[in-house]
Amino acid sequence: MTDPLLDIRHLTTEFQTESGTVRALKGVDLTVESGQTVALVGESGSGKSVTSLSVMRLLARSGASINGEIRFRRRDGVVIDLAGESEAGMRRVRGNEISMIFQEPMTSLNPTVKVGAQIAEAARLHLKVDRREAQRRAIDMLALVEIPDPELRAEIYPHQLSGGMRQRVMIAMALICRPALLIADEPTTALDVTVQLQILSLIRRLQKEIGMGVLFITHNLGVVAELADRVAVMYAGRVVEQAETSEIFKRPSHPYTRGLLSSMPVIDYEARERGQLPRLREIPGSVPDPAVPPPGCAFEPRCSWRLEACRAEVPPLFDVGGTHRSRCLRWSDLDG
Amino acid sequence: MAEPLLEVRDLKVHFAARGKGRDASVKAVDGVSLTVGAGEVVGLVGESGSGKSTLGRAILRLIDPTHGSVRFEGTEVTTLSPNALKAMRSRMQIIFQDPYASLNPRMSVGQIIGEALYLHGIGSRQDRPQRIGDILEKVGLHRSAAARFPHEFSGGQRQRIGIARALAVNPRFILADEPVSALDVSIQAQIINLLQDLRKELGLSLLFIGHDLSVIEYLCDRVVVLYLGRVMEMGTAEELYRAPRHPYTRALLDAAPVIDPSKRRDRIALKGDLPSPVDPPSGCVFRTRCPFAVSECASRVPDLRSFSASHSVACIRADELQLRVEA
Repeated sequence: MTDPLLDIRHLTTEFQTESGTVRALKGVDLTVESGQTVALVGESGSGKSVTSLSVMRLLARSGASINGEIRFRRRDGVVIDLAGESEAGMRRVRGNEISMIFQEPMTSLNPTVKVGAQIAEAARLHLKVDRREAQRRAIDMLALVEIPDPELRAEIYPHQLSGGMRQRVMIAMALICRPALLIADEPTTALDVTVQLQILSLIRRLQKEIGMGVLFITHNLGVVAELADRVAVMYAGRVVEQAETSEIFKRPSHPYTRGLLSSMPVIDYEARERGQLPRLREIPGSVPDPAVPPPGCAFEPRCSWRLEACRAEVPPLFDVGGTHRSRCLRWSDLDG
Repeated sequence: MAEPLLEVRDLKVHFAARGKGRDASVKAVDGVSLTVGAGEVVGLVGESGSGKSTLGRAILRLIDPTHGSVRFEGTEVTTLSPNALKAMRSRMQIIFQDPYASLNPRMSVGQIIGEALYLHGIGSRQDRPQRIGDILEKVGLHRSAAARFPHEFSGGQRQRIGIARALAVNPRFILADEPVSALDVSIQAQIINLLQDLRKELGLSLLFIGHDLSVIEYLCDRVVVLYLGRVMEMGTAEELYRAPRHPYTRALLDAAPVIDPSKRRDRIALKGDLPSPVDPPSGCVFRTRCPFAVSECASRVPDLRSFSASHSVACIRADELQLRVEA
């Protein structure tokens, strides 16, 4: 059996702050296979973006210290540990073997450089092609991401494009070197639903064509259901549940996952007619302050299933069946 | 029928567009009519650029409309003097999307709410702390929150402060401009439930601007669908979600991600983006993205036609298209 494309083991990422050391990631384990889409789901502060930035090693300037292993299989089959990779080594990986797209395309595009030249830059850097060839490839990429009149659009500046078109340009830029792994950090959150649907189907199509693995970070469970093969739910710096997508919706085995699913509005018109609109199920409280984490299970203070034992120590990952794992002592009691 | 609490008629907001030639203007809102009844929650949906926020602001006269009428409790709002408008604003309040950007970081929560009370001359200086504490409890915060500052609260709590400020002056109508869009899923439900409770308890009317169609469906009695500054369709939530008659409404419903794979269906997917409001398409503004457009759509601006007492649609093919969603 070949190694997974990305194999994150016991990843901890810490930041030094005025109020002491803050542990943003407390031992994350996660794998992504080639051709697979893994959704990383969680709320603000759960550590999902820190996970992706740790993989890309983009946290150096914030003084973060990364421990654990981030094993990545390069195109040549060699497995390297990104956690220990040199900065020069990372520069060969970023934008080439692993690419990333972000939520706000305008802040990631250079406003003073034409769209075509920005896309071509990665090709010139990593694929060692000349300017003319890089420009030709950039135009091909614009066509691939379904931008009409690619030759003309290559000559314009980012501000002349709509939000959806800018995200397409970001995707073109990310994929020009045909990366083995694409990390997408909430790429559709700022877009309208109609445009979101376009971008999701584009990512799905390109993933098949290029055969890349995708780590898709989102807080939208609907997007997860549409796109992902596998889901990892993060809470307060840990993966609390992971499973195949259909399994997690059918049999959520962590109270937090169940809470997220049941807090989404579902309507019952007959009940409304009778004037009895059902209340949404809330998850009470809010996420814990990362500087003072609760002693045991981080979700315990908000959990309606909590036991005394939940405070004693962080629950291990229990085997729910197949590849389904849950970090809840009571995973087997949750049904019913 | 009694007069609705809020009645908007043929409202237009046009902005002059510089550098786009003579007489060019952005028609952000172009002839919208709608009503909100007492105790009713009406949803306003549409993509960015559809004019939903501009419409909301023009109703409150935070922007002056170019044309049309806004009647609130029988009074014409568009022509009110500044003093009369100020008095009216205690009856019509607004909650914003980003609770942090709309709270002054240098004022304590008590000062933020107290300022609203002071400006509208509600209560005496002595009994304001009591009132502020009561309002904070009503929105699910502790009375002691009054002494703290906005940065000490989480996003959901800040939204509660924004709601408390709006409620402090005893409004009958609240414009809620995407109040849960910036919140995490688990917090969103808390705020929706709070709005639902307050609506019941205080008999509030709401115009709820949003883009999450499931939140809109859950919260709203009626829904208005806006595209490029015009109403495409309006009806009860059930009419629009079960039996949409405008292709744009159906496309919006189809674009929302679906969790249950058994509920997936054939989708009407829209291509491209909203056209420029400076130079909108002739005839039906939606026709350039409409999969059902025929040549007549370019020559004729479709009227808003009634299909039931509550349901009206601006599409010349509304009778023949089969857009109904199977339950």
